[in-house]
Amino acid sequence: MSGVRVLIGTRKGAFTATSDGKRQRWEISGPHFGGWEIYHMKGSAVDPNRIYASQSSSWFGQIIQRSSDGGKTWEQPGTKPGEPTTTPEGMPKAESNKFVYEGNPGTHMWYDGTPHPWEFKRVWHLEPSLTDPDTVYAGVEDAAIFKTTDGGKNWKELPGLRGAHGPKWQPGAGGMCLHTILLDPKNPNRIFIAISAAGAFRTDDGGVTWKPINRGLRSQYIPDPDAEVGHCVHRIAAHPSRPDTLFMQKHWDVMRSDNAGDLWHEVSGNLPTDFGFPIDVHAHEPETIYVVPIKSDGEHYPPEGKLRVYRSRAGGNEWEPLTKGLPQKDCYVNVLRDAMAVDRLDDCGIYFGTTGGQVYCSPDGGDNWNAIARDLPAVVSVEVQTLA
Amino acid sequence: MIHVILPAHLRTLANLERDVQLEVAAPVTPTAILDALEARYPMLRGTIRDQVTKQRRPLVRYFACEEDLSHESPDRPLPEKVATGAEPFFIVGAIAGG
Repeated sequence: MSGVRVLIGTRKGAFTATSDGKRQRWEISGPHFGGWEIYHMKGSAVDPNRIYASQSSSWFGQIIQRSSDGGKTWEQPGTKPGEPTTTPEGMPKAESNKFVYEGNPGTHMWYDGTPHPWEFKRVWHLEPSLTDPDTVYAGVEDAAIFKTTDGGKNWKELPGLRGAHGPKWQPGAGGMCLHTILLDPKNPNRIFIAISAAGAFRTDDGGVTWKPINRGLRSQYIPDPDAEVGHCVHRIAAHPSRPDTLFMQKHWDVMRSDNAGDLWHEVSGNLPTDFGFPIDVHAHEPETIYVVPIKSDGEHYPPEGKLRVYRSRAGGNEWEPLTKGLPQKDCYVNVLRDAMAVDRLDDCGIYFGTTGGQVYCSPDGGDNWNAIARDLPAVVSVEVQTLA
Repeated sequence: MIHVILPAHLRTLANLERDVQLEVAAPVTPTAILDALEARYPMLRGTIRDQVTKQRRPLVRYFACEEDLSHESPDRPLPEKVATGAEPFFIVGAIAGG
């Protein structure tokens, strides 16, 4: 019987939740890596037992973890304890937690507009290849994209991204993070990424060169509201069958592009507020999208204390609140950018986690919600795997 | 043998149930201890000091013989009691945050 496995990253460890296709009863496992921040976990599309996790700490830095048995056991994919750390030729062997920018990365802009050196801090997002379980892209802070082709042992930056006006990029409040990586299922050379607060970018040559794709975005918090870079993009989503249609939750504004990001237009419509973090697309309905409106950038909680997911079945502009099973009183949690996911079952399940430690699932496309967990540490990321 | 005490998170990461005993050639310095530690436990690379610059991570401290040695040169020989194993070399996660 089919089922799902939800991968939950929190401020104090990783959890998995599994259920059958009904998605009513859940078995929770964890914490894995207790006490560490788990910014993201994601499974391979071609081998669901292969899962990658980003484990980090302000004290001890970045670790990459890998599971080959669906999250039961984990390993760092570098050199094993006791093994020689250099090859017979004297070269360093695999070091899974080594993220070093190519060449001299120079500077980006600091909060006050002065130049600031690029400094690696952590991996925000891991995006496994659609075809190879050993190939993974990593979006990092300070913003850059790295790639491994050996299952996470060695990571190499794709430095062409910084060539897209990198010195003009500036951090958002959460840091200058590359948080979204979308792989085009129809074109292996095309990748979309998004950075706070630089904007969205696209490569059409497998990551060698990149260009900003921010035309149509307007941001009143930067000196030139129509600037080529500098927009605080919070999240991008696309349906696999229509990779040229992109949906964006920006710092303010929900946006849409129908030409792979060449031009965006606003689809916030009747949302109670168009500030928010995550956005996602129904697995079987490419025009059905979901956001979680948040009151404002200064008040990171839902308007009126009501936790509402908003659904548009028209690809934006016309939105309906989804509330059944969600707290509609005294709720002041946030939902972070990587904390929403959809499964591929029929009926499509929608999932999200909150900074209050709740993880919710709707097994029917958003009509009804149930809590998978209510008392986890603050949830940073949610992914879901649909299991055969 | 040099006696090294690691913070709990790093012991977990290295799958260590106890403190570490290391053979370190003289002169015994923080750099020499960390080189030996990272050679035996490669997963600790980058967690105590930067992998490229070898700079101590900001929220990590080195203590020995009731002294904070974090701001000394990492190439300065450690006290004799550490070199003989009579006193441990502490790698400590700073008290910070909440």
